[in-house]
Amino acid sequence: MEYWNPKVERSSAEELKQLQERKLRRLVENAYEYSSFYKKRFAAAGVSPHDIRSLEDIQQLPFTHKTDLRDTYPTGMFSVPQNQIVRFHVSSGTTGVPTVVGYTANDIDVWTACLARSLTACGLGRSDIVQVAYGYGLFTGGLGLHYGVEEIGAAVLPIGAGATTRQINLMKDLGTTAIACTPSYLLHIGEVAESMSIDIASQTRLRAGILGAEPWSLESRARIEQNLGIKAYDIYGTSEMSGPLFTECSAQNGIHAWADHFLIEIVDDYGGPVEEGERGELVVTTLSKEALPLIRYRMGDITSLVWEECECGRTHPRIMRIQGRVDDMIVVRGVNVFPSQIESVLMQIPEVGDHFQIVVDRAGPLDVMVVKIEVTESTLSDRIGALMQLEERVAKQLRDVLMVNAKVELVERGTIPRSSGKSQKVIDLRQI
Amino acid sequence: MVTNKLLKQITLFAENKPGRLASATKILSENGINVRAFTIADSGEFGIIRFVVDDADASLRHLRRAGFSVSETKVIGLEIPDTPGALFEISRALSDNDINIDYAYAYTSAAPNKAILILQASDLKKAVGLLTELGFHLIESSP
Repeated sequence: MEYWNPKVERSSAEELKQLQERKLRRLVENAYEYSSFYKKRFAAAGVSPHDIRSLEDIQQLPFTHKTDLRDTYPTGMFSVPQNQIVRFHVSSGTTGVPTVVGYTANDIDVWTACLARSLTACGLGRSDIVQVAYGYGLFTGGLGLHYGVEEIGAAVLPIGAGATTRQINLMKDLGTTAIACTPSYLLHIGEVAESMSIDIASQTRLRAGILGAEPWSLESRARIEQNLGIKAYDIYGTSEMSGPLFTECSAQNGIHAWADHFLIEIVDDYGGPVEEGERGELVVTTLSKEALPLIRYRMGDITSLVWEECECGRTHPRIMRIQGRVDDMIVVRGVNVFPSQIESVLMQIPEVGDHFQIVVDRAGPLDVMVVKIEVTESTLSDRIGALMQLEERVAKQLRDVLMVNAKVELVERGTIPRSSGKSQKVIDLRQI
Repeated sequence: MVTNKLLKQITLFAENKPGRLASATKILSENGINVRAFTIADSGEFGIIRFVVDDADASLRHLRRAGFSVSETKVIGLEIPDTPGALFEISRALSDNDINIDYAYAYTSAAPNKAILILQASDLKKAVGLLTELGFHLIESSP
């Protein structure tokens, strides 16, 4: 078992919690002193740095939200002078005003060190060639992974997102051993490779995928691993936290969240703590970030956290599979539905292709949810009844899991939009 | 081999919107492929178009490359005399032997007073054996 920083990665949980406590106290003192935003927030909540002595005391601190970053656009939440900033990243702002994240030199170093540990945990090292097919530029995925790959001494192919044919040709010609991109884009790469008569499993050296930036199910993972003959590792991290940061290890049983730099809480619908291992919303406090420290930032991702030591020997807590996002949740006829639940059902049915889309609309007073799936060559029967039965069978399995009716529609191959970045799985046409 | 006596049929999946048949047949025409017969079955939202063509393999290749969802299936191509009772004889023989006709369509043969009936049956192998025994001429796909 290879570790990047064995001493830190295998410290006891107790040592890690003591370190977190020390760093939390310092973070709160600094925020109170140097950030007018946090000073005001703490005052409004009637809490002062002296109140924060133990890790449990964090519950007295107010939450921060994405809206805070937007309200203070562009740099109102920064807590270092501009001359300390060495880089900006900006979120796309597809859901509103963009959010700006700044980094000091030390912030970049911590980010890179986290990724070096993570990539090593995925079994990557000096002899690897890593194709970074995340977008470069304002998005954190490309540059983040780029620095991490260089840090571990592997070779980086900074191709960025898109130009799929070129991705495949270079993968084959250079002998790429790992690719970093969204899971849906890797599925698309697989499809395009097939149309080029290239079998990724046997004709390339690809053996690992570092996949994230959108929720994906274990069933999708199984498909990717089987179709491409690789191990697919989940990666987690958002621009507010720095960028992609944490991955699974070879055990593929939870994402190792480096506790010396990030304090993770899971909270229930009312913001209270849940028992270890229980499901709730992920809340992050950054313990090392300088330019844009975040205290109790609501990530909106639904998951659980486990502190139990992993079989790989790492002691840091593990974020279990991300089950969806609070804001991805769609309410259909009063029932909460997560696209990840739908994905999970679809990917268990062999006749269903890799791509799907959910369209929610309203017919009179009623919500109607349509799940579109593509016909695959192996599914396409000359008997129309067989295709109609397939629709009914998928609809029934969805209804059993979702507890709400979904209409299933077969559509032509290639008609559901493919994306080289985050795929849009839900189209909500309701005018509410 | 029973399969030697079968015809290759192309099945094409199409959403129910204007222009799908036109764009598929355009590809066939551009590649010099002759459509002998076709039929459309539809479910309301989507349809499947079944073709018998003079070059099934090339059709599959071109349609697939153009992005269509296509597959190949085997069907019976039966030369029948253009006389009263021919269809009755066939359907009775099949039903007496408990073979169900899933679908059928026809085109006129180049031979005088003959039609070609295309049949999909619940038990293809049994149907081929039976119809051969009754002395019908089964059309095969050219290899």
